[in-house]
Amino acid sequence: MSSQHHDPANVTNPEHAEHHIVGPKTYAIIFITLLTFTGITVAAAFVNLGILNPIVALAIASTKAVIVILFFMHVYYQSKLVKMTVAAGFFTFLILITMTLTDYISRAWGLW
Amino acid sequence: MDNTIVATHESHAEEHHHHASLPQHRHHFETEEQQREAGTFGMWLFLLTEIMFFGGLFFAYLLYRNWYNPAFVAASNQLSIPLGTVNTAVLITSGFFMALAVWAAEVRKKGMLVLMLVLTTVFGLGFLGVKYFEYKEKWEKHHIPGANFDISEFVNPPLNPKTGKPTEEPLAPDMAQKTQVFFSLYFAMTGMHALHMIIGIGLLFWYTARAQRGDFSSGYVAPIENFALYWHFVDIVWIFLFPLLYLINRHPV
Repeated sequence: MSSQHHDPANVTNPEHAEHHIVGPKTYAIIFITLLTFTGITVAAAFVNLGILNPIVALAIASTKAVIVILFFMHVYYQSKLVKMTVAAGFFTFLILITMTLTDYISRAWGLW
Repeated sequence: MDNTIVATHESHAEEHHHHASLPQHRHHFETEEQQREAGTFGMWLFLLTEIMFFGGLFFAYLLYRNWYNPAFVAASNQLSIPLGTVNTAVLITSGFFMALAVWAAEVRKKGMLVLMLVLTTVFGLGFLGVKYFEYKEKWEKHHIPGANFDISEFVNPPLNPKTGKPTEEPLAPDMAQKTQVFFSLYFAMTGMHALHMIIGIGLLFWYTARAQRGDFSSGYVAPIENFALYWHFVDIVWIFLFPLLYLINRHPV
């Protein structure tokens, strides 16, 4: 089949990810990992880390979220389009948070 | 359109086409994979709008926690870490069963799929049950923002019977009023999360009935798959709510 001609059926050059079935074993490992991280984050809350307490808690939460997104939500096995969509969404969210925060910090912080 | 005809006349193309014989396969999609990816893509776009929605609430929390930190610390310590931890585990378990439900649908095990959907529902309801008791306690202590809000516990914290010292840093009355901001955000965020769960549980009942009918055990798994994305998203929201509301204020800086 010639590679020049338009290929609407995605036969010569399939761009859609082959469907991947994730099995119970993988899910079980992810499940145990998530429960472990939950335990760690609770334990860390009882240790006085000063300014690091919220940072550690958020780092663990973000790790858990990434694990859920990649494996429970199958993003790891998806096509580039889906991966890009998810990444772009979170990136946009971070931009919105940062820009709003710059606004608040640079105006009347401490004068409320 | 010419090209479509050319492509489907190739013998290769036909080979790849004949397995796409599901009644749910829409004619405007070239292949099953393309239809599936389009569905996943659409679901993710919806979830991104949800992230922006919850993100606004998270931002409000970030800001007010910095502004009224003493009030947020005192109010946050009113929440029960054991209940929050149990609920986190319950919700993760519910998500685990939902993930298994997707697997059961993919390998076309009808009985397994129905069982997993039921377990997802049971643990989801368990989460809401614990939440009910948490809310009830706030109601009884007059910690619901509004005219009947009671700041006395924040101005005069109960004394520790062993040391005789207050269990919590006492707040000035004006700062104690700001605990209402914490509880407003607490109820808005956990309430909105609970609303998403209630909607999800409603959908789960419907999907369980359809799964029982055999709708999703003959190769058509898109509704189960996309619902699982929604359910896991609700999990993720809680994964952030739990440390922010319950955990990070135990050791005020």
